[in-house]
Amino acid sequence: MRIPCPCCGLRDRREFTYYGAADYLDRPEADAPAQAWDDYLHNRANPAGLTRDLWYHDPCGSWITLRRDTLTHAISGAEPVGGAA
Amino acid sequence: MGKAFQGANVGYSGFRVLWEGLRGNRGWQPAWRKPDPRPEYDVVIIGGGGHGLSTAYYLARNHGITNIAVLEKGYLGSGNIGRNTTIVRANYFLPGNSEFYSHSLKLWEGLESELNYNVMHSQRGLINLFHSDGQRDAFARRGNAMLAQGDDAVLLDREGVRRMLPYLDFEQTRFPIYGGLYHPRGGTARHDAVAWGYARAADRRGVDLIENCEVTGIDILDGRVRGVQTTRGVIRAKQVAMVVAGRSSQVAAMAGMRLPIESHVLQAFVTEGLKPCIDHVVSFGMGHFYISQSDKGGLVFGGDLDFYASYAARGNLPMVEHVMEAGMTLMPMIGRARVLRSWGGIMDMSPDGSPIIDRTPTEGLFVNCGWNYGGFKAVPASGWCLAHLIATGQPHPVAARFRLDRFATGHLLDEEGTGSQHNLH
Repeated sequence: MRIPCPCCGLRDRREFTYYGAADYLDRPEADAPAQAWDDYLHNRANPAGLTRDLWYHDPCGSWITLRRDTLTHAISGAEPVGGAA
Repeated sequence: MGKAFQGANVGYSGFRVLWEGLRGNRGWQPAWRKPDPRPEYDVVIIGGGGHGLSTAYYLARNHGITNIAVLEKGYLGSGNIGRNTTIVRANYFLPGNSEFYSHSLKLWEGLESELNYNVMHSQRGLINLFHSDGQRDAFARRGNAMLAQGDDAVLLDREGVRRMLPYLDFEQTRFPIYGGLYHPRGGTARHDAVAWGYARAADRRGVDLIENCEVTGIDILDGRVRGVQTTRGVIRAKQVAMVVAGRSSQVAAMAGMRLPIESHVLQAFVTEGLKPCIDHVVSFGMGHFYISQSDKGGLVFGGDLDFYASYAARGNLPMVEHVMEAGMTLMPMIGRARVLRSWGGIMDMSPDGSPIIDRTPTEGLFVNCGWNYGGFKAVPASGWCLAHLIATGQPHPVAARFRLDRFATGHLLDEEGTGSQHNLH
């Protein structure tokens, strides 16, 4: 599996560390109810098919949101977390 | 005698094998019926794998509930029950896990006579290697916990390991072998046979096993489950259990739930058949490698997750390479064995690495999921405990901590002590 880093181009999967579902980008407010924090930290749609998840490219230090198919491992897009690379 | 020997209601025995052998094996019958679904059941179990079938069996055996359908979208045992590395053990540390897996191992030990089915349970012993003084202390503590639970554990020093596993590379310097925690009652079983044995035994008690029947919806009215929509029509039910590890999130979504589950692929491998050479189950935690030899002779081994969410049932090459390297580091003697095939199982990974057997917010709807790497050995106790919960409305004492809400309340079962987050187990 090769992953397109917005900074470095197509790179080997071994250069990347997987973090988890892109749900981690939607952090609740500090005073949000406990249920919101439980959803944020633990509960997942966990789709069989198209998903968005977070990867870290170790050599360049970029956080990436990857659009991926969990059934085929096909990658359809990658954006830097927080905007421009 | 002809009448008495017909149908699936006749037990298997050595005498039966001899008798059928003498008459050309014409008397064998299918091991279970293939009924059409009836319009209504007391209990519908979604998922005809090990856990679903054992749940049905123990509902019938322990609680006298036999008006049950097990719905399987493929064929019985087509999921993770046939995609694991067949290891059976009870070497857990935490209260909550310890007594559950202890109960499961005791059920394994009587399983073949219980089911009248040869599941080839082989208590060949399991050895977890350690490679530092700190790890020795941790394993000694774990061994004491196992003894306190009433199970067995022996702390081996380096020479003790060498006597049992002379083929390991004791000279390597990266992970020198300090010793191992030996669990004599651990071992393996024939994975498919476990599904078939429970299926046949449940069928004989009147449970309907319905294959090629995919659940497409869960009917809920006024907060109470009413039944399921399937590819073979509507089936009404007073109680429904989702026992579909590997696809838990999709089925739970039909009931409007988001589970604390992320699905990952775990790869395993088998070599060509060899003469007997590895007599135990050996696990090498530092290299993420564990191995046993099947009765057919193949070396069955595996490693760690690929570590990204996946339903692909196959992994990527970096983990293949990693597992092979770990194997060669530990036991160079296997280097010339040819790998026959590899496969991936889809693991329900929970944030703390422990399973869930619980009610759901919908009345009459139950969930059994989150088995991480540990589903196979749990098959008997998982069914036993879920059946108890369905039949009595109360969690079984040995599974009372496998709660769905424990991530919100903080009552975690974090066996590895790494934290409650999806990418840590």
